[in-house]
Amino acid sequence: MSIDEANRAALERMTSARPVLAGVGVAGEAIPGLQGRMLLHAGPPIEWERMSGPLKGAVIGAALLEGWAGDDQEAAELAASGGIELAPCHHHGAVGPMAGVTSPSMAVYVVENQEGGNRAYSNLNEGYGKVLRYGAYAPDVLDRLRFLNLEMAPLLGEALEQTGGIDLRALIAEALHMGDEGHNRNKAGSLLFLKQLAPAIARVAGDREIARRVLAFLGDNALAVLNPVMAACKVMADAAHGVERSTLVTAMARNGTDFGIRVSGLGDEWFTAPAATPDGLYFSGFTAADANPDIGDSTITETAGIGAFAMAAAPAIVSFVSGTPKDALHSTLEMYDITVGEHPHFTIPPLDFRGTPVGIDIRKVVELGVTPRVNTGIAHREPGVGQVGAGLVRPPKEIFERALVAFADLPAR
Amino acid sequence: MSALVTDVRHGEYADSIVLMQLQAALAREPGVEDAAVVMATPANLDLLAESGLLTDEAAAARPDDLAIVVKGASRETALSALARVGELMRRRGEADDADFRPRTLRSAERLLPDAGWVLVSVPGRYAGGVAREALALGRHVFLYSDNVPLEEEVELKRRGAERGLLVMGPDCGTAIVGGVGLGFANRVRRGPIGVVGASGTGIQAITTRIDALGGGISQAIGTGGRDLSAEVGGATARQALDLLARDPETEVVVLVSKPPAPEVAVDLLAAARRTGKPVVVQLFGWVPPARRQGNLLFAAGTSDAAALAVAAAADSGATGADPASGRPAGKRRFLRALLAGGTLAYETQIGLRAAAAPLRSNVPIAGSLPLEDLGRSVGHTVLDLGADELTVGRAHPMIDPDLRLRRLRQEADDPEAAFLLLDVVLGEGAHPDPAAALAPAVERIVAAGGPEVVAGLVGAPGDRQQIEEQMERLRAAGTTVFDDFAAALGWLADRLTPEPTPVERPVSLDSLRPPLAALNVGLELFYDSLVDQGARAVQVEWRPPAGGDERLAAILRRLQEDE
Repeated sequence: MSIDEANRAALERMTSARPVLAGVGVAGEAIPGLQGRMLLHAGPPIEWERMSGPLKGAVIGAALLEGWAGDDQEAAELAASGGIELAPCHHHGAVGPMAGVTSPSMAVYVVENQEGGNRAYSNLNEGYGKVLRYGAYAPDVLDRLRFLNLEMAPLLGEALEQTGGIDLRALIAEALHMGDEGHNRNKAGSLLFLKQLAPAIARVAGDREIARRVLAFLGDNALAVLNPVMAACKVMADAAHGVERSTLVTAMARNGTDFGIRVSGLGDEWFTAPAATPDGLYFSGFTAADANPDIGDSTITETAGIGAFAMAAAPAIVSFVSGTPKDALHSTLEMYDITVGEHPHFTIPPLDFRGTPVGIDIRKVVELGVTPRVNTGIAHREPGVGQVGAGLVRPPKEIFERALVAFADLPAR
Repeated sequence: MSALVTDVRHGEYADSIVLMQLQAALAREPGVEDAAVVMATPANLDLLAESGLLTDEAAAARPDDLAIVVKGASRETALSALARVGELMRRRGEADDADFRPRTLRSAERLLPDAGWVLVSVPGRYAGGVAREALALGRHVFLYSDNVPLEEEVELKRRGAERGLLVMGPDCGTAIVGGVGLGFANRVRRGPIGVVGASGTGIQAITTRIDALGGGISQAIGTGGRDLSAEVGGATARQALDLLARDPETEVVVLVSKPPAPEVAVDLLAAARRTGKPVVVQLFGWVPPARRQGNLLFAAGTSDAAALAVAAAADSGATGADPASGRPAGKRRFLRALLAGGTLAYETQIGLRAAAAPLRSNVPIAGSLPLEDLGRSVGHTVLDLGADELTVGRAHPMIDPDLRLRRLRQEADDPEAAFLLLDVVLGEGAHPDPAAALAPAVERIVAAGGPEVVAGLVGAPGDRQQIEEQMERLRAAGTTVFDDFAAALGWLADRLTPEPTPVERPVSLDSLRPPLAALNVGLELFYDSLVDQGARAVQVEWRPPAGGDERLAAILRRLQEDE
């Protein structure tokens, strides 16, 4: 099979995947291989010493939540001494925004590909402010996680059972027509999510007060659907992984220190380089000096052809890319140069319903010197401060170059 | 003493990104120490409190209010910054109007699907690849780049010919298509004169001169400086002539080039003859055969070419003989000129250079080949029988016809000989009755169904040989006779002009129709020029593959070849 044929085959698997949110489970039971004193984190593999502030904070918070340590000092010592096994979410079919830390007792969404049968997992979104994914671990942070895991998750699980699952591909497609790009803007998608869940929640809820809190929490959180959307993108990207001779990118992820990619025809190898600091706009009181290097698995959205690749669909957040709706169009148009196809399901009204650019080809990235665009939130470099802004970032060019060299060195067919 | 001022706008909603941008703009205002622009949600008010910006007014705002707080060096500076909020928000509306510039032709094509032309002006080593991609996408190519290897040019033009696409260039500076100038063209009047030119400045000189003389240009098609070389074989010029022959807007054609390879000149001028339109020919460094041959008008320089074209356009319909009639058929296709006059041997080579190539001679001029064996003619052969090496020990053929008669019989027996050209020179000292010597030989040739004998006489009515009688005697024997040697050459040129190499796949006339749409890869000034002329264009933001990294570029090429 030629490279072009392999890429077409991989793209076909990616775009024909049909991710459905099947249910909610407990991470330690649902996610294969997640057991014992083990945590999953965002991005490529990384040891404790090299972790950035927000990721360290999230590891500490998860250790406290799991009861593996009595205080943050003890948790940090435990992690530093190798007492906690650390693995990338991506190695276990999971993805998580920002720090992406997922521990065994946390609830996770279970997304299943109705076409290929593969599954992916993602934790529940905590909303805004001081949250674990930005490295916060104060008691109220842990309390909110307990609410999510112990009160919201069971109710969502029952409600999803009622609905028979939520077709996330259809939800993303609709949200793109409502001004979302699926990464930094999930306002419309989150409301669609709430719309689908609310009647089922009303039906299965035993405790009206819990139901009210869950509905209010989902409604107030314009990122509520981000995590299921990421898992949906993971399902799509994984479907395209492992196609021999394919140069398609099947994962892009950052751990706050390194940016890593995986390539369909290059097995499980990560190609990594130091992550850049996003170029963006900052909340009041913060500047670029406060920003942590790029972090999170949410780049799985761009990998699957939404996020920054669908920027033209989201004129409301154009200021990321310097400020005009035309710039938003240009952002998407630029990505057609480095992708091998147009998405048959995700379309963009302002581009006359042209499919989003999808299937990043490392050959095109290297040839043109154009790296993928990524829309992203910006974390504070200190644990626990939270989000300080949002903006645009691109992966380092050299990881695509190294992947290309590795591809060229593959034994001949 | 710092001061905080607040503006709460009830029910005014804006996306947080818009707000952040406004906040950044406010913070840049003179004298502003900090600023916050937020929707007054509890979470945002907490943020304000942490930044020391939570005023009483802001604290009292509702979640759907827009709260603006400015901390200034003084109350005045804070208030003046606050007064600029409206203007700062409006400034966002001034969209950057620059058009999107894709990095690849493939993307550019999506943006302008009806672009028929691709202008390429990237460095020569990359130009071939870009041109190939353009051809693969079914686009005509204007290839301005120089330093494109010759074999690359041959390959590009082969592909273009296969697909009915023009490759103008490489090193093509000028073209005018459908009234729009490509590259370094002049803004000349539209009109009935089409130009095919290998040289950019040649096209510019002629088109501007035509304009000055009141004429106008239908199309100007560049071919590149090497198009008429033996290797390239006039591939683009041939397509262009065929295209202009069919173009109803073109009534007169001008062909301008640097010196052509002799065979290419013959092939191209054969094609020019077939256009059925007057063709003004200006090939620099190539001596024209005459001022006119059939529909071909040979010019002396760009100004003369322009004048001839304008005159021909005014006098439409004068196209000259169709060379297809009287062309020899079958194996007989070569000329054998058996001449007594040395100068006439030269003139024969000049006069037939537009119609026959290669020409061989024992007295070759530039462009002819030397005849290796004087005793045996090869192809088109022009013999000066008065040359020193043939007259050793015998009289000059103007006096003694014996040598020429023997050679005449020898050539008549050659089944490939179509025409036997003789000069019959009268006057003092010459043979007293050359016709009497030649006529019996001609009669035998005619009787045997041999080649056609053509004679051009050089004589005056006062000569003692009686020119009228000489002509009559020769004519009676079956000779085609002219009392003007050059007229004999013109007659022969009509008949020797070969069938031109056919155009593989005709270029569509639609390619020339306005409105022109083009993709420009390389020099931005070409893009600006297109847009300025009202053409639709997309600028491709081209970069060397892999940013010029040779190792990575080599890998990319290798992976490409694996396909």
